[in-house]
Amino acid sequence: MDFNFSDEQQQFRDSLMRYLREAYDFDARCAIVRTESGWSRAVWQQLAELGALGIALPDAYDGFGGDAFDTLLVMEAFGHALVVEPYLATVVLGAGVIADAGSDAQRAQVLPAVARGERLLALAYGEPAARYAPNHVSTTAKKQGDGWVLDGHKAVVWHGDAADQLIVSARTAGAVADAHGISLFLVDARAPGVVRHGYPTQDGLRAAEITLSGVRVDAEALIGVQDEGLAPLEKAIDRGIAAVCAEAVGAMQAAIEQTTAYLKTRKQFGVPIGSFQVLQHRAVDMYVHAEQARSMAYLAAAKLDAPRNERRRVLSAAKVLVGQAARYVGQQAVQLHGGIGVTNELAISHYFKRLTMLALAFGDVDHHLGRFGEYLEA
Amino acid sequence: MDLNFTPEEQSFRAEVRAFIDAHLPADLRAKVLEGRRMTKEDYLRWHRILYRQGWVAPHWPKAFGGAGWNAVQQHIFHEECADAGAPALMPFGLVMVGPVIMAFGTPAQQAYFLPRILSGEHWWCQGYSEPGSGSDLASLKTRAERRGDVYIVNGQKTWTTLAQYADWMFCLVRTDPQARKQEGISFLLIDMKSPGISVRPIIMLDGEHEVNEVFFDNVEVPVANRIGEENKGWTYAKFLLAHERTGIAEVGRSKRWLKRLKAIAARERACGGGRLIDDPRFRDRIAQVEIELMALEVTTLRVIAAEMEKKAPGPEASLLKIRGSEIQQTLSELLMLALGPYAAPYQPAALDAGYDGPIVGPEYGVAHTGLYFNMRKTTIYGGSNEIQRNIIAKMMLGF
Ligand SMILES: Cc1cc2nc3c(=O)[nH]c(=O)nc-3n(C[C@H](O)[C@H](O)[C@H](O)COP(=O)(O)OP(=O)(O)OC[C@H]3O[C@@H](n4cnc5c(N)ncnc54)[C@H](O)[C@@H]3O)c2cc1C
Repeated sequence: MDFNFSDEQQQFRDSLMRYLREAYDFDARCAIVRTESGWSRAVWQQLAELGALGIALPDAYDGFGGDAFDTLLVMEAFGHALVVEPYLATVVLGAGVIADAGSDAQRAQVLPAVARGERLLALAYGEPAARYAPNHVSTTAKKQGDGWVLDGHKAVVWHGDAADQLIVSARTAGAVADAHGISLFLVDARAPGVVRHGYPTQDGLRAAEITLSGVRVDAEALIGVQDEGLAPLEKAIDRGIAAVCAEAVGAMQAAIEQTTAYLKTRKQFGVPIGSFQVLQHRAVDMYVHAEQARSMAYLAAAKLDAPRNERRRVLSAAKVLVGQAARYVGQQAVQLHGGIGVTNELAISHYFKRLTMLALAFGDVDHHLGRFGEYLEA
Repeated sequence: MDLNFTPEEQSFRAEVRAFIDAHLPADLRAKVLEGRRMTKEDYLRWHRILYRQGWVAPHWPKAFGGAGWNAVQQHIFHEECADAGAPALMPFGLVMVGPVIMAFGTPAQQAYFLPRILSGEHWWCQGYSEPGSGSDLASLKTRAERRGDVYIVNGQKTWTTLAQYADWMFCLVRTDPQARKQEGISFLLIDMKSPGISVRPIIMLDGEHEVNEVFFDNVEVPVANRIGEENKGWTYAKFLLAHERTGIAEVGRSKRWLKRLKAIAARERACGGGRLIDDPRFRDRIAQVEIELMALEVTTLRVIAAEMEKKAPGPEASLLKIRGSEIQQTLSELLMLALGPYAAPYQPAALDAGYDGPIVGPEYGVAHTGLYFNMRKTTIYGGSNEIQRNIIAKMMLGF
């Protein structure tokens, strides 16, 4: 057993955190959110140069061959700094699917470009009536000649408006909620028939509704095995869960640091409010939640390559616990700040909002309690 | 013991309901029910309708132009208004400063201000909190120095709700910096158009302009606009806080939100198919908050009954504040959770009633996540829930 990060990993984390401290403070972040695109290409290029984009991609495709714990380090740092750039969408979800299930040609075409910061991806799997179920796919892909024609509506696609390429789940056989008959396609985001309506999300990130109307792709666009796309999709979602758990851990840590600092400086009744024991205990509960969440984020990263049932069970457990922790820490961070906590002027409400959205990402607490329950006797 | 309303109370309810049905404009009602952005004029329209009916101040005595209703009637009235989706009546004039002016104001102050509160001509705001004085309100520093028949006011208030609309502010100022902190405070009525006042918006976490900072730079306030005696302001402020108790639990509005939550959960689809309201986990969450609300309603009625027997207002109000705010927060959270992934889009433009652009996700959901964020305020303002617990610990449990 070893809970230490390697020297290399620590150096990497330090350089990333230093960069974010210097170039990505709260004011810089707010300025980025206010821009037209809502994220910064300059920051993205810096992240590429720091190696953050390629850290967990295979060596063979210009990555550094890192593992889930390298992704965890990146996401935790991003959570701490409230980074809005499309890392989860492009690297964790998008490049993850291609590295995992793509052909050699697809990997060669996509991964080095991602590592260099020249390609953005989005995973378009949600649908308006699907809620959190990835098997609910009514978007269709029909065979036409050598290729396929895609039709459907993909919902709340994170960073879908910025993406160069989309990974789209579509039904190639079976009924709307069947596990079998789902296929994944690599689609040019600017192809004729793709219409993207981008919008900001509640936490200052971006998402898009994407409609596909008679979108033609060739045979090489199919990712992995026809009709068997659910397995790599579920795996991608579990990688996403591990990543957002790590991000939430970073955001919780920052929220706790800022809240305890505030409790020590804010005075009422002639004393720092942190001298009131009820507030100390509240801060302690935040800390306990965050430590438990950190443990589950580690476990989640460790189990990403476990057999399917074990993987799903642990990833759901992590999402439940981290979701509950994110809720508590976010709410109390605001509460302990008093009035200034409910304004947009201080970073703390932005942590609360991000933590709220992370708790919903890939399924809320109820959803994952249910999913965990399916493996109760496993 | 009888937990039923009397026949007279029931027919009173029917009368109130019939009036609201006939007079609440449909567009206003729709805005409130859907949680869309309210303008100053929206609030005032409903205010004026009630004013013409003589109902705008249910708790004011008839002598001052109120409806003169007892506590049960007031409760029924507020419950019916909330259920129907009537805009809230702004409390600052009607509930807060009005009763203070009635109890402690001069005849001239009463004659000038009370009719204008009733008619809606004056919009009031509450100038209590300061950057350094929130929970510890009595430490406030905004200074008022007497020069002949005016005070010169310098300092800053903050969190002033809807000060951007206000014509007048009731304001706590320090008139004797030497005295013990509760004893050097005076209660002034300040014309917001006075030279030297500036109002800076504070944007809330939901992106909306609800509160403000108000700065005073050598603002002249006539001594005639002081309530009661100099340096006795804290007494009047405490009197006011005791009057804030009516409706503090927001039971009526929470019942309306619960109805909405059920309706939406019946339309939303659960993950495995079927309706969200039939999903056992979500159903239990709704059940849990409904049970809490049921208990709070009866607790509220117990407090009202005690009020009818003229028992002095006590710390029960703190209990109503604690549970009422927590229930509002839970309901808004469930309204957000019900939307699933469509809780994420931020669509501030869609909150305007006239908006006819594209909407992402179900139209009924556009306000929910912002509402959840916004409701965090309810455990902070009006005396934070920690402060309310301190009050109960001291007053009820004898610690
Ligand atoms: C949306 C909104 C609208 C408002 N509108 C108005 C208005 O119109 N007019 C007006 O005058 N004010 C208004 N307020 C101000 C409100 O009354 C204050 O925010 C409130 O009194 C808390 O003060 P504070 O924000 O300075 O927090 P602080 O007093 O600094 O409190 C910070 C934290 O410390 C806790 N704390 C403080 N003292 C103790 C203690 N002794 N024991 C345990 N815990 C403690 C608090 O509960 C809180 O969690 C509004 C506030 C909000 C959020």
